Amino acid sequence: MASVHQPSGAITIRNWKSMNRPRAQSARGRKRYPNQHNHCINNYNMEFLSQPWPWWVAGILAGLTVPVLLLLGNKHFGISANLRHACAACFPANIKFFQYNWKKEAWNLFFVGGLIVGAVIASTVLADPNPIQVAPSLTADLAENGISRVDGLVPAELFSWSELLSLRGFILIVIGGFLVGFGTRYAGGCTSGHAIMGLSNLQLPSLIATIFFMVGGFIMSNLILPYILAL
Amino acid sequence: MTNKASIIEQEAIENTDYEVRSLDTMCLNESEIEHPWWHNLKFSLVGIVFGIALVKGEVISWYRIQEMFRLESFHMYGVIGTAVVVGVISVFLIKKLKARTIDGEAINFTPKQFTKGQVIGGTIFGLGWAMTGACPGPMFALVGTGALVFLVAIASAIAGTWVYGYFRERLP
Repeated sequence: MASVHQPSGAITIRNWKSMNRPRAQSARGRKRYPNQHNHCINNYNMEFLSQPWPWWVAGILAGLTVPVLLLLGNKHFGISANLRHACAACFPANIKFFQYNWKKEAWNLFFVGGLIVGAVIASTVLADPNPIQVAPSLTADLAENGISRVDGLVPAELFSWSELLSLRGFILIVIGGFLVGFGTRYAGGCTSGHAIMGLSNLQLPSLIATIFFMVGGFIMSNLILPYILAL
Repeated sequence: MTNKASIIEQEAIENTDYEVRSLDTMCLNESEIEHPWWHNLKFSLVGIVFGIALVKGEVISWYRIQEMFRLESFHMYGVIGTAVVVGVISVFLIKKLKARTIDGEAINFTPKQFTKGQVIGGTIFGLGWAMTGACPGPMFALVGTGALVFLVAIASAIAGTWVYGYFRERLP
């Protein structure tokens, strides 16, 4: 163990010890990088950050968004509202639902701007060089429909500009996007507004909404999507 | 439009603003304080952390969403479950300690009413979520990761929201 982790740069005893501790690198990390070892402490930290983060890290950060927004300015977490602000700002068309002062909710557009910047950082500075790990049963079902490239976060054979012109891609991107916009507003919120913010505030309507988000998802993924993918 | 008419219209918007703005939304700015625009940059910082968490937690991955709905992986249940637990504890503490914002404002919570939209709209959103593999947050995040075709999905989602607004009075 010591020989493979032999550091090339100067490094403190304390760090050296922690590098040799078996728990310092997760089981998943070891599996993913069988032949790759750390040369200095900096690389080691970057590798920890560039691996996919465990569910609980993402969950804690997403959950903390709720109190942070409340404490920073009495703002209630919810992203789909921005789709409505976009309508109110650009195409209000005398519809009463869009006649409000969207500028008062501009903070949320700034939040989404930050979200996009965060995604740029995560996919460049913190990018994971390894292909995504996907459940074998899903990979097999996709391969049956000619989707065999499993590398990025989304299947490029379904979500790309050229696929947009195919029936399958058009349905998934354009119709799917439309249903997201229509459904979230009809339900009064999306995963962030209902499932995270609403449930955090113990709202029964949000629990009902979240249950039906899942119902819709289960129906689509298991009963309808196989037919769309076969197109 | 004459100047007077536009003033009257502006006043009408102001009088009904909160009423309209709070329709069909969980997400509200309850603050009464007016700040210069750059104060909003602090929300961008929160957005950056949230965006990194979405991407690095692979919440924006179409595969993870399919695995969730096909019960092939615990990952997404773990993410959403943890977020809810952290959120519930935080909101409980904010209420219990009567915490105030950094500007000293009281923090408001408005109870939500049940509507049929939560059932019908919720199911419709679920269908779209499983198709695009992205709810609204991840759609924006995917654009940030370079999957620019999701700009089309966002435009389509804005169109969907607009069509909802158009037919809102006639829906169940």
